[in-house]
Amino acid sequence: MANQNNGVSSTTTATQPLWLLAEITYRCPLHCAFCYNPTDYDKHTQNELDTNSWLSVLNQARDLGAAQLGISGGEPLLRDDIEVIVEEAHQLGYYSNLITSGVGLTDKRIDAFKKGGLDHIQLSMHDITEEINNFITDTKTFKLKKKVAAMIKDRGYPMVLNVVIHRYNIDHIKEILEMAEALGADYVELANTQYYGWSLINRNQLMPTKEQIDHAEKITNQFRDKAGNKMKIFFVVPDYYAERPKKCMNGWGEVFMIVTANGDVLPCHSARVLPNMEFPNVKDSKIKGAWYDSPAFNKYRGDSWMKEPCKSCPEKENDLGGCRCQAFLLTGDAESADPVCSLSPNRNVIEKAVEDAQNPQLKTQPIIFRTDKNSKRINDGEEKERLAKFHALP
Amino acid sequence: MTIKLDDIYKISPHHRFQWEKAQNCYVILFPEGMVKLNGGAGEVLNLVDGKTSVANITEILVKKFPDADGIDKDIIGMVELALEKAWIEKIN
Repeated sequence: MANQNNGVSSTTTATQPLWLLAEITYRCPLHCAFCYNPTDYDKHTQNELDTNSWLSVLNQARDLGAAQLGISGGEPLLRDDIEVIVEEAHQLGYYSNLITSGVGLTDKRIDAFKKGGLDHIQLSMHDITEEINNFITDTKTFKLKKKVAAMIKDRGYPMVLNVVIHRYNIDHIKEILEMAEALGADYVELANTQYYGWSLINRNQLMPTKEQIDHAEKITNQFRDKAGNKMKIFFVVPDYYAERPKKCMNGWGEVFMIVTANGDVLPCHSARVLPNMEFPNVKDSKIKGAWYDSPAFNKYRGDSWMKEPCKSCPEKENDLGGCRCQAFLLTGDAESADPVCSLSPNRNVIEKAVEDAQNPQLKTQPIIFRTDKNSKRINDGEEKERLAKFHALP
Repeated sequence: MTIKLDDIYKISPHHRFQWEKAQNCYVILFPEGMVKLNGGAGEVLNLVDGKTSVANITEILVKKFPDADGIDKDIIGMVELALEKAWIEKIN
């Protein structure tokens, strides 16, 4: 990528966006402890974009080249205009995906989605046991999940199950995969928790041990060999246990664009944690200008922003220095190497996190569930001490 | 997987093949994925329609690109790859 102007010039040769994630509401009936949504989301629940604004977002992003559309949240089904959004997405030629907990999916709505041209539905599942499902989501949704899975299958949709993996369900991987197979899943994502937002402040309660991860991966590989091509299984490796960071979002401002409930345009889910950054909002910016010309989208494009050890690293093209949000959250410096990297001078914070998560005293701290009440409390500064334990704010 | 000349294929269920104006290429879309196809691959998949056999696809593309050497092998290779990726499936 030609990026010779310190990353802030409009002459930067940016690629086209291919994926648009529409986080159309932060309201959610579930209260998952591992949610990556911002802990201060309550600030953004009052000013959701209206239907026409979303239709305009879809049109503008499609013109730029976006072809994959995720409709997410919060729980998108809490909005009553998904039907209209799905229909527009189909007309425009998006391959559209509803990312849902299943709460609020009725026969009437799923039929309308099918008629409108929705391409697939990604359903979150949590465990094979009612106890863990209800505990980690702080709801009673276990039976509903299976019912919704059957509805999805019945309408001929590809069945995409997403299971966020953490300490409470990681030892059930085999049973989870057997359940997925019995439900007729076409794709299963075993997404090890990444630590942002709510999952970051609950990290000591959620993080499994290295032995648990290795075992889960082994079981997954065995299952994959047995199941063959019929059910595609993705095992997303948790980066705290990796040697090198992930190429976050496949590169900042390279292919992904997120529009949040209140209209902020972001290059990644948690970009708003970064300091001194102003993100464009669709209420006063066009998507094209946001993507190509906004200082925020240009700031970490390419590699000209890098410091050592990334700057001269022969591997920098592979991971682009990892995740800017993780670097900031854990080191206080958004331009430092992602501390997950074993070459980072701050790798010790990751080792400390892994250690803390196994400390019997720390891991019994109460979980803070993702609720409006907790988000308000965090906004009011009530959990400052807890936040400070996980955020290395400068 | 051996591809035979009288094989007929179609785009797999849950997949969509389309022309992308912004990208100026054909793409194949599926859950959680999108692959941009280069010119030749796009031309081949564009003829995978559940009716046209591999032999007919080859015939059409040889006429369209008379100067391309060894095009028949490339076509078979592309069909093989698409089948391996499960973008297409055999119907006869």
